[in-house]
Amino acid sequence: MLPRRIVKETRRLMQEPVPGISAVPDEDNARYFHVILAGPADSPFEGGVFNLELFLPESYPMSAPKVRFITKIYHPNIDKLGRICMDILMDKWSPALQIRTILLSIQSLLSSPNPDDPLAPDVAQTWKENRSEAFRIAREWTLKYA
Amino acid sequence: MYSEEEENIYDSEDETSSQEYEVSVEFEITGSEDEAKFKFTFEVLSTDQVMQTMNQTINEVYEIVKIPPTLLRILLNHFNWDLAKFYDRYYCGDQRSLFEDAHMVNSLETLRPSLNGTNERPSIEECEICFLGFPSNIMTGLECSHRFCQECWKEYLTSKIMHDGMSQKISCQASECDILVDYQTVMNLIEEEKVKQRYRQLIINSYVAYKDKLRWCPFPDCNNVIRVQRVESQPVTCNCSHTFCFGCGESCHEPVKCDLLRKWKKKCSDDSETYNWLKINTKECPKCFSLIEKNGGCNHMICSNPNCQTHFCWICLGPWESHKDYYKCNQFKEEDSAALDDQEKSKAALNKYFFYSVRYMNHLQSQKLEKKLNDTVETKIKEMNKLKVSWVDTKKLRHCLYILCQCRQTLMYSYAFAYYLKKNNQCIIFEENQRDLETATENISEYLERELSVEENRAKLNMVKDIANYCENRREKLIEHVNEGYARELWEFDEWASESRIDSFDSLIRKSALRFDSRRRITVLLTPTPFSGIEESKESKNRKNRKNRKNRRIERIERIEESKESEESKIGRRFIRESNR
Ligand SMILES: [Zn+2]
Ligand SMILES: [Zn+2]
Ligand SMILES: [Zn+2]
Ligand SMILES: [Zn+2]
Ligand SMILES: [Zn+2]
Ligand SMILES: [Zn+2]
Repeated sequence: MLPRRIVKETRRLMQEPVPGISAVPDEDNARYFHVILAGPADSPFEGGVFNLELFLPESYPMSAPKVRFITKIYHPNIDKLGRICMDILMDKWSPALQIRTILLSIQSLLSSPNPDDPLAPDVAQTWKENRSEAFRIAREWTLKYA
Repeated sequence: MYSEEEENIYDSEDETSSQEYEVSVEFEITGSEDEAKFKFTFEVLSTDQVMQTMNQTINEVYEIVKIPPTLLRILLNHFNWDLAKFYDRYYCGDQRSLFEDAHMVNSLETLRPSLNGTNERPSIEECEICFLGFPSNIMTGLECSHRFCQECWKEYLTSKIMHDGMSQKISCQASECDILVDYQTVMNLIEEEKVKQRYRQLIINSYVAYKDKLRWCPFPDCNNVIRVQRVESQPVTCNCSHTFCFGCGESCHEPVKCDLLRKWKKKCSDDSETYNWLKINTKECPKCFSLIEKNGGCNHMICSNPNCQTHFCWICLGPWESHKDYYKCNQFKEEDSAALDDQEKSKAALNKYFFYSVRYMNHLQSQKLEKKLNDTVETKIKEMNKLKVSWVDTKKLRHCLYILCQCRQTLMYSYAFAYYLKKNNQCIIFEENQRDLETATENISEYLERELSVEENRAKLNMVKDIANYCENRREKLIEHVNEGYARELWEFDEWASESRIDSFDSLIRKSALRFDSRRRITVLLTPTPFSGIEESKESKNRKNRKNRKNRRIERIERIEESKESEESKIGRRFIRESNR
C-alpha cells in the first residue's frame, strides 16, 4: 500500500504543477517519477529540456528521494552519471521537504551553481577560472543534448 | 513540549534501572594515610550509574542557573560537559548567542507558550509530513513552533536514533530548523523500550567520550565504565576482572609509557610484514641448518637433529650457554663511529629497529604460545591431583604460570621502552635488569613447558616456586628502577630521531629486505652492527642520496639472495621437528 503522503503529494503535483517542472509517476511504480525540467531563463541552460528520474525509497519521507539527471548536463554540482550534489538531498534532508521543494531547489541550482562544493571538479575549475568558457560549453551541451 | 514531570522523571528512571548493578568498588593502590591525596583510586560504574552521575551534574547546575534540566543537557553537551567553560560563557558572554550556538531557543527570553493546543489554533491542523489532519492536541513540536503529528515525530526520532545512532544532535523535523530535540521530548514521544534504551546508551556514550576521568572497559561486551579521581596511566581492574591501563586502554604495559607505546605499536603495524614474518615458527639450526619448529613460548632451543643437539637462542640464534653469563642478547650495541657513511648509517638504523622489534614480537608470540601452556599445566595438575599431590602444590604451579605471563608482558614492553631510550649509565642498569628478567623468565618457561612431570616431588615443586618468585622479584626490580628513573627524570627518549631515520627507509624495507627468506634474514639484518645517529643537517643530503642508496642496496640484496640459493641447494632440505628434551 502506498503511504497516504505519497498519494497526496502526487495528486497535488498533478493538480498544481510548478511552472517549468513536470513530474509524472511511472505507470508500474508509483514511487518512480519521470521528471522534466525546463532550463531556467538567464542561465546557460535556458531553452533546454532536461530529463530526470526521481525515486522515493521505502523510508521516504524519513530519508531523501533519489534524484538523477538523465540528460547530459555541464554543471559543477552534477557529475557524469547525473548525480546531484545538494545538501538537502543528503545531511540537510528534512521529512518536511517534498518532491516539489526538491525539484524547485534543483531548478535554482541550475540558475546558481556552487563551484565551491563541486561534484565534478574539472567543471568546477573551469567555472571558477574561466566563467565565459564554462558558460559556452554549458550552452553548447544544452543545445546538443537537452 | 516537556511536561511537569520533567524533574522527577530522572529519579524514577534511575531507581528502577540501577537495581541490576549495585556495585561500586573502590580500590586503593598505595598505602599510608598522609599519602591520601596522592593515592590513585578508581571505581567501576555501571552504565546506569554513569547516567546518574550525569543527571547529578545537570541538577547541580540547575540549582544555580534554573534552566530546565532537559535543556541544560543540550547546553552542557555543547560545552563537552566542561562546567567551567559553560559557567564562563553563561555569566561572562552574550547569552543570546550562547543559546544560538547551542542550537536552542533562548529559554530565558521566551515565556514558553503551551505548544500542546491553544485557543488560537484551528481545531484541525494538517501535519506537513504525513499530510493528515489532526486535532491540535496531537500536534506537537519544540520551542521553535514547528508542529508535526506525534506519529511523525515518533518515526523521525526512531529513525535518527536506531538508524543514524544520533542522540544529542537530533534537530527539529522542519527543513532548515536546527533547534535540537531535548531528552525529555524524546522520552515523552518514544514508547518503544528498545529505542529508549538505545537513546540512553547513546547519550551515555557521548558523555563518557567527553569526560577524561571516565573510560569504558575495553573488554568485549563489557558495559562498565571506570572512573578515576585523577587521570593516570595506572592499571585498573573492572568488575569483569579485565585489567588494563587507564591512560590508554591497552593491557598493562609497564615499563613503557602510553604515548611511546602508541608510537611503537603504530610503527610495528606500519611494518606489519615484519610481524607476519615473525609469526613464522620455523628457523634453521645455526649449526647444522636443520629446520627447527618452535612449538612453545620458551626461547631456549635445542636442535632436534640427534647428531647436533646444539642449544641456541631462538631470538638471536646465538649459543644458549653464553646467554647465562657474558653474552647480552637484549643489548643492542651502538658504536660511536663518525666514520660511517650514509649507507652504513641507514643500515645501522634499520638494524636497531629490527633488533628491538624482533625481541618485542618474540615475547608477544611467546605469550600466545604460553596460553596453550596453560591447558597443558592444567591437565598435569589434574593428573597430579589423582596421584594425591597436595592442593597447595598445584596452586603454586598455577601461580608460577601467572608469574610467567606477567614477566613475558613486562619483557615485551621493556623492548618498546628500550628502543626509544637514549644510552646513559642508568640505561646500562636497565639493560642488566632486563637481561636478568629475561633469563629468569626463560628458565621458568622452560621448566613449565618441558620438565614438569606428574610425579614431581615436593622439593622440586618448591624449587620451581623459588624460580618463579625470583622471576617476579626481577620484574619488580626492573619496574621499580624504571619508575625511579621517571621520577628523577633520568630517562631520555630519542623518539623523533629514531622516527625520521627509520621512516625514510620504510619503503626500502618493504621493497627489498622483506623479500628475504625469513630464516636467512635474521642472520643478515640482525647481527649487531655499529650504529650511530645522523645529525639533523645531514637529513636533506640523505634525501638526495636515497635513490642511489636504494638501488645499491637492492643490488646487494639480490646478490645475497643468489648466494643463499646455491648454499641451500648444497645443504639440502631436512625438516626435523624440534623434540622436547
Ligand atoms: Zn523547528
Ligand atoms: Zn504527521
Ligand atoms: Zn569490564
Ligand atoms: Zn597506557
Ligand atoms: Zn643442529
Ligand atoms: Zn639470544
